[in-house]
Amino acid sequence: MKKLGLVVNPVAGMGGRVGLKGSDGPDILRRARELGAVPESPCRAMQTLQVISRIKPQIEVITYPHEMGEDEARRSGFSPAVIGSITMGATTAADTQRAAREMENQGVDLILFAGGDGTARDVYQAVGQRVPALGIPSGVKIHSAVYAVTPRHAGEVAVRYLEGKLSLQEAEVMDIDEEAFRAGTVSAKLFGYLRVPEERRFVQRAKSGGIRAERETLVGIASDVIDNMIPECLYLVGPGTTTRVIMQELALANTLLGVDVVCNKRLVASDANERDLVRRLSGRRAMIVLSVIGGQGYILGRGNQQLSPAVIRTVGKENIIVVATKEKLVSLDGRPLLVDTGDEEIDRMLSGYIQVTTGYRDYCMVRVAS
Amino acid sequence: MGRNPTTLLRKFHQARWDEPIILEMSTPGERGVLVRQAEKAVQTEVGDGLSAIPAGLRRTTSPQLPEVNQVRVLRHFMHLSQETMGTDVTIDISQGTCTMKYSPKVQEHIATRHPGMADVHPWQPESTMQGLLEVIYKLDHFLREISGLDRFTFQPGGGAQGVYTGASMVRAYHAARGDRDRSEVITTMFSHPCDSAAPATAGFKIITLMPDKMGYPDVAALRAALSERTAAIFITNPEDTGIYNPRIQEYVQAAHEAGALCYYDQANANGMLGIARAKEAGFDLCHFNLHKTFSVPHQCMGGSVGAVGVREDLAKFLPVPTVEFDGRQYFLNYEASASIGKIRSFFGNPQSMLKAYAWIMQHGADGLREAAECSVLNNNYLEKKLSEVPGVSVHYAADKRKLEQIRYSWEKLFQDTGVGTEDVMRRMADYGLQHYWMSHPPWIVPQPFTLEPCESYSKDDLDEYAAVLRQISKEAYEDPELVKTAPRNQVVHKVPEPSIDEPERIAVTWRQYLKKK
Amino acid sequence: MIKEKTVFPYIPNSAPEVKAQMLEEVGASDIMDLYAEIPERLRFPGRMNLPEPILDEYSLKRHLTDLLDKNQNCMDFLNFLGAGCAQHFVPAVCDEINGRGEFLTAYVGESYADHGKWQALFEYCSLMGELLDMDVLSCPLYDGAQAAATSVRMAARINGRREILIPQTMNPETHQVLVNYCKPDLSLAEIGFDPGTGQMDLDQLSQEISSQTAAVLIENPSYLGFLEPAAAEIGNIAHDHGAEFIVFTDPICLGVVAPPAQYGANIVCGDFQPLGMHLQAGGGQGGFIATRDDMKYVSEFKDLMFGITETIQEGEYGFGEVLFDRTSYGSRERGKEYTGTTTGLWAITAAVYLSLMGPRGMEETGRTIMQMSQYAAKQLGKISGIRLAFRSPFFKEFVINFDQSKKTVVEVNRLLLEHNIFGGKDLSRDFPELGQSSLYCVTETKTKEDIDRLTSVLNEVI
Repeated sequence: MKKLGLVVNPVAGMGGRVGLKGSDGPDILRRARELGAVPESPCRAMQTLQVISRIKPQIEVITYPHEMGEDEARRSGFSPAVIGSITMGATTAADTQRAAREMENQGVDLILFAGGDGTARDVYQAVGQRVPALGIPSGVKIHSAVYAVTPRHAGEVAVRYLEGKLSLQEAEVMDIDEEAFRAGTVSAKLFGYLRVPEERRFVQRAKSGGIRAERETLVGIASDVIDNMIPECLYLVGPGTTTRVIMQELALANTLLGVDVVCNKRLVASDANERDLVRRLSGRRAMIVLSVIGGQGYILGRGNQQLSPAVIRTVGKENIIVVATKEKLVSLDGRPLLVDTGDEEIDRMLSGYIQVTTGYRDYCMVRVAS
Repeated sequence: MGRNPTTLLRKFHQARWDEPIILEMSTPGERGVLVRQAEKAVQTEVGDGLSAIPAGLRRTTSPQLPEVNQVRVLRHFMHLSQETMGTDVTIDISQGTCTMKYSPKVQEHIATRHPGMADVHPWQPESTMQGLLEVIYKLDHFLREISGLDRFTFQPGGGAQGVYTGASMVRAYHAARGDRDRSEVITTMFSHPCDSAAPATAGFKIITLMPDKMGYPDVAALRAALSERTAAIFITNPEDTGIYNPRIQEYVQAAHEAGALCYYDQANANGMLGIARAKEAGFDLCHFNLHKTFSVPHQCMGGSVGAVGVREDLAKFLPVPTVEFDGRQYFLNYEASASIGKIRSFFGNPQSMLKAYAWIMQHGADGLREAAECSVLNNNYLEKKLSEVPGVSVHYAADKRKLEQIRYSWEKLFQDTGVGTEDVMRRMADYGLQHYWMSHPPWIVPQPFTLEPCESYSKDDLDEYAAVLRQISKEAYEDPELVKTAPRNQVVHKVPEPSIDEPERIAVTWRQYLKKK
Repeated sequence: MIKEKTVFPYIPNSAPEVKAQMLEEVGASDIMDLYAEIPERLRFPGRMNLPEPILDEYSLKRHLTDLLDKNQNCMDFLNFLGAGCAQHFVPAVCDEINGRGEFLTAYVGESYADHGKWQALFEYCSLMGELLDMDVLSCPLYDGAQAAATSVRMAARINGRREILIPQTMNPETHQVLVNYCKPDLSLAEIGFDPGTGQMDLDQLSQEISSQTAAVLIENPSYLGFLEPAAAEIGNIAHDHGAEFIVFTDPICLGVVAPPAQYGANIVCGDFQPLGMHLQAGGGQGGFIATRDDMKYVSEFKDLMFGITETIQEGEYGFGEVLFDRTSYGSRERGKEYTGTTTGLWAITAAVYLSLMGPRGMEETGRTIMQMSQYAAKQLGKISGIRLAFRSPFFKEFVINFDQSKKTVVEVNRLLLEHNIFGGKDLSRDFPELGQSSLYCVTETKTKEDIDRLTSVLNEVI
């Protein structure tokens, strides 16, 4: 019997409908309610549950009380096991975190959470990579890649995962500075990676061409970068799961969320900050290796701010290597890769086209915009 | 009895024989065929013949082949053939990009049964193969006219090997120019995967252009990718989406300016015979899949020819031998100092060349053009019919005319019902249709399916095909589980895990299967 | 009189009424409206210069028959040509099955509608697996030459090395294909042979092999027909240096000759044309590659592999595609290859052949071939002016030298041709060190009478 954990953040997305950005903090929440905002996530969660109900006999649903999941589950025809306690109408981030932790203790196979970036961060903080999780979109604009495309889709993915048909992939949880966001600027940082059930869009039908699994492609990408490494040259390896494979293939310690510096295939610095990088770059030949962060396709400005305009200017556009699988590029759906360094001149310099390494001796020509 | 006149649906059921694997059908002592024994006098002279085999090389344990009488072997494979939906028995619009056209029986019979083809040895003296060489020579000339290029080879055994041959020639061309830097080949996301895999096999780095919002390969990206390291561009046009790229000349010009050659993968030529050619678009090399455009049967993925054509100045790199005529006789020319050597044994699949030759001879210029026009008309007609089916959409260039095939999407159906393209794909076989082909990876078009109603299919065939898809769409909206658990009227039921990648599940032979059971 | 536009039997919608109806439905007034996306300047002006068509089926049949009647064939002539393509007995059931329209016209349909095809191909792999005594095969390749080339690349991928050692006596066509295929990053070095036996010079092998050798490839039986008695030793030398041992073999000998897996081969490859395919002027070739069940090898195959698996119905089996997660096996994308349409129908034919033959049939065929070819060699060896080039044991083919007769092979073969005999392949260009030599192929299709006739004609002409 599979166990499905359900956490609904009832206040997520309330700001969005009335023109406020984000819904963190009791002040914003009160303002939103004053403006007539109603909770979004409950009905989204129910759309998801409706899809899941077709495997109702095979699963046990574990959820939090009242508006944090119990109501939605019962209204969708489930008889959930309800754990924990909350203060109705006054739920907070702490509740989400507690719920996730307690579900982990209950041994759930998957945590479904309805909310926004904040909710994703809360779940991650609570369980890290120990429990697979999947987001039901209900917030405003979501930067984290842990969400399904639609609530229905979340249901489909959850069902397939619980049936054992999907494997897990790491997806970015982003930390948005909500205040800055409300003021109109996006300042995002890579917060962590949740393990999320992966829908294989990449179905292999070999009529011609070749049969490859994603892991091998990643190793191929890493091999290409490594085989072309120039002696004495510094390699600033940015955050992300694709660049991580490079470090793994070199058998070096990797900072998933930070920038590591490699030279002559040895580790020179771990999780370097901007000042450190600028210092090391002085008078040295250097290259930057970038992953594509998240669903929007950022290569700079969303979690690798250590690679500041100064760093980039010193290294130079021609010494930037971008690594990504073809599937990642395809998921951009025709949109370009994005840069947002905070420096318009640098952004302009980086715009145009860049050759992305997509395999061993295999590349893609992709547009970059700011 | 008979197909329903209104719905056009059949109460179809595939032959289901519950047929065991042949190795399960062994009865000790049974013989499938008796083979010739050496004459007594020979046995007297040389004995059993086996003692000559050195001790360490003698087979000591019999191969564990099954012992099955001939009647049962025949029946077994007849059952398997009945359980196979070749184009001969179905409206095969399904295998888009494969151009599943009718392989005329008149040419089939002759090519397979006439001893002047079936029993000819490739090393026979050329004077004894004049008919064969004449066919090859003439086919070469036909394709020159059809493509506008100057010389053809038929040595490659399929389209992918044709691309590989082209890549080998590109490599030789630049080496002959003394240019050692041409290490890259550019291709596009919607070209055939072999347009990147085959040049990669020939040693090139591959740069792929992503499609722009319209579905065309991005021209600006091409310009950014071209450099003095570019050896060639390899592209298919129209691409698998069925969209003809009207800016193709720009691509070719840009590539030539960079000193690169241009290879035209003409797997999708069926809609263009007599209408647009490789030459006018400026290409230097091209190939045709004889088993697609030129009616050679698909043979369970077998026996074809990738006919590769080149401009005159590249002819010296062609694999040997080429077929030539000295005024009196046809002969095989092995003298080509700059040749890339050989891609394949002998000179290709002559029986397939004969079939392509026959098809062209039976149609002529007007017939080829008719075939092209009707395939495009069929495609546009089918598109119109499918536009009325709920859940179907055309992802790119919905407002533009497509040529001979289209990549559709069931994304809407999937969003509405949870039924996706793979489910529909399995269900259609319950109505007597071959499973359609979806897309090469990666699936840029979501929930894709690619259909190619080439000229062999009548309006009635197209109507029936559309009717089936309409029916399945209806089923998806009304009873999605029905479609998701398909097939039901087929040889076997749904395979829940069709992609096998755990070592413990891999069983590609019966003995491997038995060991792992 | 205006010529009516032809309605073609294979183009149903060329019938004018239905065509007009369809045009109307798609909203086009002229067929060329549908080509709007092709710019004018790219259009081909006018009409292609092709011969006027032979429209009626009877006349086409006559035309094709007349063309092919110009060819001589190996049923009317007595054929002793081999060298990569051999004349063997083709059971009638083989022709019956590969003539079936369903198999003839199937392509890449999924494993439900095309279950029969998938099962037939699975059976091909299974039957070849028994013959070769190995667990893993992929779908067939274009021919033996491609199988050799891919085997070599597989080995290089496995151990990351770059040098391949091959016999100097290798099939020149295979060699040429290998040269082209290995060009990007592998080097080929030839190991010489003992002039008396043709067999590989083991001393030279031991000298040439190094820690850079990816693989040692031998043909057993050789292109020149002889068997390599030291095969196991060659394998040991390869393994001692960490190289893969690849053996290219002729499957029709494996009823009586040991399969290479039994003397140490890691990768076995070859051409399965002898298993039920007519000569077809070289159109019946098909390649195979086999290995044991070790992910180190399994993950390096480049072609489609069908695996047997379960369906949702209890006790029922279906087929799926084998994909690999190659993580643990360190395979890089180096030496990447491609796959495509190859020789599926021939593989199914081979499955039928092996099913009919069974173990007895393969043994008896092997024996008959050994006996007939040895008889032929013996008879020809008695002719003055002719000698057997090698004193080694051989299977099905052997080399005859004409130096003492003062005649060239070209001359001899021309004279044989006048007697309606195709003499053995002329080796003098590819193997000048063998002088005026010829490769004779004697299979189970040759009777004592055939051989005696050859002997007497040769006696005459020499």
